[in-house]
Amino acid sequence: MDHFPTNWGRPRNELHDQYNTYPIHQRPSQPKDVFGEGVQRTQQPIVTGTSVLAIKFKDGIMMAADNLASYGSLARFKDIQRLHPVGTSTIIGASGDMSDFQYLQHTLDELMVDEFTNGDGHELGPAEVHEYLSRVMYGRRSKLNPLWNSLLVGGLQDGKPFLAYVDLLGTTYSASSIATGYGSYIAIPILRAAVDNKENTLTEEDARKLLHECMRVLYYRDARSLDKYQIGIVTSAGVSVSDAIKLETNWDFAEGIRGYGAQTQ
Amino acid sequence: MFRNTYDSDNVVFSPQGRLHQVEYASEAVKQGSAVVGLRSKTHSILLALKRSLGELASYQQKMYRIDEHVGIAIAGLTSDARVLSNFMRQQAMSSRMVFNRPIPVNRLVSSIADKAQVNTQEYGRRPYGVGFLVVGQDKNGPHLYEFSPSGNSYEYYAMSIGARSQSAKTYLERHYESFADCNLEELICHGLHALRETLQQDKELTINNTSIGIVGPASAHEKDVPSAGNFRILEGETIQVYLDSMLPKGHQDPAPAAPAAPAEGGAAPPAGVAVADEDVQMAE
Amino acid sequence: MTSIGTGYDLSASTYSPDGRIFQVEYANKAVENSGTAIGLRVKDGIVIAVEKLIHSKLLVPEANRRIQTIDRHIGLASSGLLADGRHISNRARDEAASYGDTYRSPISLKSLVDRVGLYVQAYTLYSSVRPFGCSTILGAVDKTGPILYVIEPSGVAYGYHGAAIGKGRQLAKTELEKLKLAELSTREAVIEAARIIYLVHDDAKEKDFELEMSWIGDETNGLHLPVPKDLLEEASRKAKEALENFE
Repeated sequence: MDHFPTNWGRPRNELHDQYNTYPIHQRPSQPKDVFGEGVQRTQQPIVTGTSVLAIKFKDGIMMAADNLASYGSLARFKDIQRLHPVGTSTIIGASGDMSDFQYLQHTLDELMVDEFTNGDGHELGPAEVHEYLSRVMYGRRSKLNPLWNSLLVGGLQDGKPFLAYVDLLGTTYSASSIATGYGSYIAIPILRAAVDNKENTLTEEDARKLLHECMRVLYYRDARSLDKYQIGIVTSAGVSVSDAIKLETNWDFAEGIRGYGAQTQ
Repeated sequence: MFRNTYDSDNVVFSPQGRLHQVEYASEAVKQGSAVVGLRSKTHSILLALKRSLGELASYQQKMYRIDEHVGIAIAGLTSDARVLSNFMRQQAMSSRMVFNRPIPVNRLVSSIADKAQVNTQEYGRRPYGVGFLVVGQDKNGPHLYEFSPSGNSYEYYAMSIGARSQSAKTYLERHYESFADCNLEELICHGLHALRETLQQDKELTINNTSIGIVGPASAHEKDVPSAGNFRILEGETIQVYLDSMLPKGHQDPAPAAPAAPAEGGAAPPAGVAVADEDVQMAE
Repeated sequence: MTSIGTGYDLSASTYSPDGRIFQVEYANKAVENSGTAIGLRVKDGIVIAVEKLIHSKLLVPEANRRIQTIDRHIGLASSGLLADGRHISNRARDEAASYGDTYRSPISLKSLVDRVGLYVQAYTLYSSVRPFGCSTILGAVDKTGPILYVIEPSGVAYGYHGAAIGKGRQLAKTELEKLKLAELSTREAVIEAARIIYLVHDDAKEKDFELEMSWIGDETNGLHLPVPKDLLEEASRKAKEALENFE
């Protein structure tokens, strides 16, 4: 603190002069030239989560992601939750860098606190959360410092199911079944066959079975996946994330595969 | 030179805990011509009395569009109003950019109120010398707010600010309970009656000195209004039909105006009313 | 008053010869002339109640709230210049958010009051600003349990079991002292708070008023929320009855 009255009392998180508190000659300076410093920015994810799957069904949306956070090819953390409720009508699921995801979780939580403190009945729905995330992701990529995630945002917007995607480039996309990562190759054909044109008839039970089946297929095929996953659901009853669900698998077929089973040469 | 010891700048409390500079700024609002705002269950509207500096001058602008769903009417220093309305537009755009959501009207009004508060607390500044009536709609329906230089904002059923606004307020207080169920034509008619109360004895409301701002579904007399009922400003010939719906001046306590018959072919504006030079009012 | 005309009362950066800062005292005057606000710290929660003076019948009831939410678990009510109160509540929100950024946990009310108190105090140091013309009640249920503070224009902050600021604070304090606050439930405290607000409101001298109340406790899941409408109405009804018996 110095004795210039306009210099003290800045918000400690250095938000830029939110109430126009400082005279022009002492306003906090303009944002720095982002190219000014020769720093290296994120070029790869470190601790990663694999696919997230999500579909619309007749009462809302359902999302699934396993509980693994890998460190390279090492299955490093096996009880990580990759689904995150935001407010009362939105859920997000993340693949990619888990620390970046945790940062986003905090950012969104704080955003929801802001909404709560306003207390005026204007809550953010999934469409607004998705728009916000897309701005954040595109903004970071434009600073050549991306948040290394593919995110799914789902929920109920004005009573209708909403499901959309945004990734580290700021690319956005909306459909009635979406998957990230390996799932976009392996699970999407199964999901599309089961969901397209049936969004209004698919029951919660069917949706659950469908995602369970896709998670099993992914566990067979994706070397960065885990046989333990969670389901997130948004319906008019609100948001919920299930306990961990175990996948039953049968690896007998591997016996016959050269280099995998018991046989040698 | 000063009226008392405690009114020379904005950082001094009087012994009674008053801020004289802020109170004087509120006087600046009263120098501006009057504006009136009203709200029904479906609409919020603004009405403003425009001044002209002389026969060769145009009439002042009293209303600004902030966003598709918000508009303001001003009384006081126009230049201050431009600064604040630009800020409001930025806030509104930012909400659309970041959340793809029209900004909730209460938050928009609070944002300028918070900005105005700073100017009442720091040396070397002066409080803004302008007051706003803000109309807008969001998912909670139509709204009407007043913003004032003290940094306060309030939501009202109906309100008036500016020169001789007390007369308009008296009218509004007498009738506000009926506004909720008014249709747009009736609401405008009430607004015009209230606005007329602020006129000098020999003056009339004309198509030249009156502006009407509306959010909410279109009236029978309007064309090309999007179904969302975006904010629009009516001026000139288009408001003749509403002026015609007013009851004659001496008429005591007009009954809730019979609405101008929903236009067969657009109610031809009768001649007679309004020749330009009568409307000229020198700044008071 | 001896302060007037001496010239020692024109700036927050000037002491009078007897060591007083009159501008801060004048700021307190702004508080003393505004609607009463009270806070109750009880067994399992916090109740905040405000006497919201209605300066025009054209105001939309319940729309212009005077109780603010600072964080999920923190509520604030101010008396005095309302715009100043909003400035303080915005600052408090920033401090709460900044604490969350750093420590990833909800701020305790004590930490928040420390920070906001420093901020308010800084406005009493310089000639280039004026002190805040408002007192602020802050209530929360945090990891230490229910807790209640008042920050004054001078920047001092004291903790209370029952706090009252604004015009009717003397009478309100007397009433609060009669209560066994540590034994009341939050629900009972709502009824008592309403009664006190109705009691301190001076019908003869003042404009109409609206009772505004919020609470934090088990019934709100630790969130700061407006008191539900039915309970508010029940409290108002009982308050009016009690008032008739009182007189």
